[in-house]
Amino acid sequence: MSDFETDYRHAKPGQSGPGVTDYLDLDTKDETFLDATELVLNMGPQHPSTHGVLRVILKLDGEKVLGTECIIGYLHRGVEKIGEHRTYAMFNPYVDRMDYVASVSNGLGYCEAVEKLLSVEAPPRAQYLRVILTELCRISSHQVWLGTHALDIGALTPLFYCFRDREEILKIFEKYCGARLTTHAFRIGGCLYEAYDGFEQDCKKFCDAFLPKLDEYEELLTTNRIWVRRTKGVGILNPEDCIALGVTGPVLRASGVKWDLRKAQPYESYKDFDFEIPTGLNGDTYDRYLVRIEEMRQSVRIIRQAVDGLPTGPIIAKVPKVIKPPVGEVYHSIEAPKGELGYFIVSDGSTQPYRMRVRPPSFVNLQALDKMVRGLLVADVVAVIGTLDIVLGEVDR
Amino acid sequence: MLDAITGYLNSGTTPGEYGSIFWATIYILVITIGISLAVIAMNWLERKILAHMQIRLGPMRVGPHGLLQPFADALKLLIKEDIIPEEADKLVFWSAPVVVTMTAFTTFLVVPFGRTHAVTDMNIGVLFMLGISSLGVLGIIMAGWSSNSHYPLMGSLRSSAQMVSYEIAMGLAIVSAVLMTSLQTGTGTLSMIGIVEAQNAQQTWFIFKFFPLGFIAFGVFAIAMVAETNRAPFDLPEAESELVAGFHTEYSGFRWSLFFLAEYAAMLAVSSIAVTLWLGGWMRPFPNFLSGPAWETAFSFIPALALFVLAGMCLLGTVRMPKIPQMRVQTVGLGIFGTLLGLVGLVLLVPAVRERVQDIFWFVTKVAFFMYLYIWYRGTFPRYRFDQLMKVGWKVLLPIGLAVLIATAMVGLYPELAAAVVGVVQ
Amino acid sequence: MPEETKGPSPASPQQGGEKPPAPTPPVPAETAAPQAVAAPQPETPAAAKPAEPAKPAEKPAVPATAAKPAPKPEGPKPEPWESDLAASLRSQYGTGIREACTYVGQKYLVVDKSILYEILLRMRDDEGFDYCVDITAVHYPKRDEQFDMVYVLYSFPKNERVRIKTQIKDGDTVRTASGIWETANWLEREVYDMFGISFDGHPDLKRILLPEGWKGYPLRKDYPILQQDQEWVQINLGIESGQ
Repeated sequence: MSDFETDYRHAKPGQSGPGVTDYLDLDTKDETFLDATELVLNMGPQHPSTHGVLRVILKLDGEKVLGTECIIGYLHRGVEKIGEHRTYAMFNPYVDRMDYVASVSNGLGYCEAVEKLLSVEAPPRAQYLRVILTELCRISSHQVWLGTHALDIGALTPLFYCFRDREEILKIFEKYCGARLTTHAFRIGGCLYEAYDGFEQDCKKFCDAFLPKLDEYEELLTTNRIWVRRTKGVGILNPEDCIALGVTGPVLRASGVKWDLRKAQPYESYKDFDFEIPTGLNGDTYDRYLVRIEEMRQSVRIIRQAVDGLPTGPIIAKVPKVIKPPVGEVYHSIEAPKGELGYFIVSDGSTQPYRMRVRPPSFVNLQALDKMVRGLLVADVVAVIGTLDIVLGEVDR
Repeated sequence: MLDAITGYLNSGTTPGEYGSIFWATIYILVITIGISLAVIAMNWLERKILAHMQIRLGPMRVGPHGLLQPFADALKLLIKEDIIPEEADKLVFWSAPVVVTMTAFTTFLVVPFGRTHAVTDMNIGVLFMLGISSLGVLGIIMAGWSSNSHYPLMGSLRSSAQMVSYEIAMGLAIVSAVLMTSLQTGTGTLSMIGIVEAQNAQQTWFIFKFFPLGFIAFGVFAIAMVAETNRAPFDLPEAESELVAGFHTEYSGFRWSLFFLAEYAAMLAVSSIAVTLWLGGWMRPFPNFLSGPAWETAFSFIPALALFVLAGMCLLGTVRMPKIPQMRVQTVGLGIFGTLLGLVGLVLLVPAVRERVQDIFWFVTKVAFFMYLYIWYRGTFPRYRFDQLMKVGWKVLLPIGLAVLIATAMVGLYPELAAAVVGVVQ
Repeated sequence: MPEETKGPSPASPQQGGEKPPAPTPPVPAETAAPQAVAAPQPETPAAAKPAEPAKPAEKPAVPATAAKPAPKPEGPKPEPWESDLAASLRSQYGTGIREACTYVGQKYLVVDKSILYEILLRMRDDEGFDYCVDITAVHYPKRDEQFDMVYVLYSFPKNERVRIKTQIKDGDTVRTASGIWETANWLEREVYDMFGISFDGHPDLKRILLPEGWKGYPLRKDYPILQQDQEWVQINLGIESGQ
């Protein structure tokens, strides 16, 4: 009984730790009640549309947002610290847990960074396999984004359509490596698993089936008047702001900056493939939606080319059983579905990284939230959070 | 005494007009239970239809095809802990769901399910319905304010603004329908039964009257009524992705279920207004050119036939159930349900019942169509933003409603003018 | 311990967009020592010259549990970074630029703390490094200047990445870069949160991932991996820590 009471009291703001009103500079704090026009709304960490445990404190004038403050860290697991206490191979599965809807991309970035440190390059077949799986993963990540984003804006149905089609991708992952979500698909130096029998057919079948499904999503949303009204002109980021804020990925491209690490600094075998980088014009939520939809189409294109040109040969380079990179440090980044995912690894020559820094795209992109929502309405805040496509596992690490 | 009871049955009027308190009480009880059952059915249907739109199955476990799921949920809600927030205004918090539910149910006093199937026939029936149903917003504001929490407060503020705005467009659309009732008699009526009878006398549903004027007025009402009942795409007061649950965030258990009940009852109520005003109320389809005693008899068999079809579907489902022990209870249950439906269908074949019930059947069918629309909207549309919602209400629906009202009046007063306009256009 | 690292030399597709993949000769390395690295040197846009094999690091690989090396080893001999930018910086700042090197094809500068802000500003304004990718730190507890501040910069016009590092003592403050790149705001807060490095002039310097009031800076090397702020847990969660 008494335990319960003490627990309960802790939940109240202001008792211990900062409460809501401790954030944001509230000028109205001392004014009389009737003169106060600002409302401080605590959104999250338990909220249906903050995509996890994001806590946003909104300062409102009626429904208009005057300012926001993000409070993050509820999912902080100390991934970077763990990285310093695990060997290079042991840390590999941990990165899957950061951006858990795009775990393959995380693994790719990590493996490549360590390979760079080791001066090893994955054999061509492994590179192609990696590209196929990463692009599948990009599609699945964008599907999760589309479903939840539409749900935030009030369209219930696309969520289920997206998850239905995402299932096909997860099935391919499961057949390939036995896991659906936290795949741990790649190893340092290449891939551990050879493509299973029928992998190519599965991928092609998925690609053929997926494009009509994509049209189906578009049918539900692209020309839907309410959808267009809710997204056009909402959360505009111009290119200068994007660059100053370090925003990357589809958000940057929707603002008109044609920059994709797959083209700018091609890693793996991306230089072998023919694909376009979709860009937007206005940098609003609608453009970001269109850019991501088009990115899915381009991913399908890449997958088809990669499956057709899948070379034969070994799938893993010769790497020592105990990975001891030379003393040195590298920063390597890839184009994850959410933006630039970088790994900064400092090696002291031992079996464990001396410093394992992850540059998470979601974390940096989330910083743009304040700029994007100022002056908009509460309903737009959820739309903007959705369009930033953040995954709190990656924000908090 | 007995005469007073049986005398009503042959009177051909509503209990209110006949002055029989006994029958009025019976009707009120029947309507209350009927609405509650309809809400339960609607709950099940919404979940199933929405699920099938979203490539899911919906409830499948409790009862055959989840038929008992609403009952299970109701039971769960009733036995849940009743949580009242510590800092809530207890009295207001307690009374808000009551107010909302009461207003939602009171509107059914004047809804004519048939010529004789209404509790009473008020000469200001439409006004009464509008007035009572807009009292519901009071309960919502009470709920939002008394919760002493930000989300409910914003939800209730949104709700009040929204309801007030859309009520105007709604009222204008209704007035244009009421104008139409005055065309032949010279005096219009606000009585719900009178409006249906006017449609009967003019041999047309008002939705087709002065095409496209009636249709536009109906369209304005059909949009406004969705907003009035806080349903998708106008469900901002309870927008779950923004305001968690809006005005009923802090409610749980039985109180929450009262809000739920009221929401669905209000949907039924406004749909009933739409059906009464524009879709001919309880009238069967094509009373004008499929007339005559033969057609009358033929149409009077349709309720029974519809129930037989439903029963047939249930029995077919029973046959197709997997023959495994785990499904035996479900199979038997579905069979019993189908048989019950069939028995009810048989009862409807009895002439005395048949004649009396077919009005209700047509009315319910039309309302069910609106209910399906509600679900369909929810499955397809994203949610409007608050300012856009206001814009739609004030800048689109209100002018259209006004224009339609004026045009209806003009056309009604000067038919030759309208004919000239049509001629010019052609 | 079969430690054999063999493979093609690091074709570094990362650097220099228009540079053709330089034909760097494969450099086999057969010893337990770190493998030689061929670092192509892209002078600003083109012309990569093959690098000579680097000599093994002076420090033998230490077991995982052993103490971390005290001085910061710079890897198997990074190459001096020859480019117009590096040359002009060297001539302007002299010894302020402690190092300008490339390692596995990645360029980095080690600059003196006193000119860090100036360099960053210049990188953005004059050299076109308009995008601050990352700001982080590395802790070397045995060194006198305990922390490496690392700024990863990228230039959209040049498609080029460079790291700027500086070494600071424990307790030193660094002038904030949030006036140069807005993105530095949160990144610096994270550095503050994890390492306890303060930033002068930062608009909102407080913990970001850890809760307010937490004691200790977890990514410092003297913070054991299992350590927890027991007091904070006790007060805020009302439970005894499970440790």
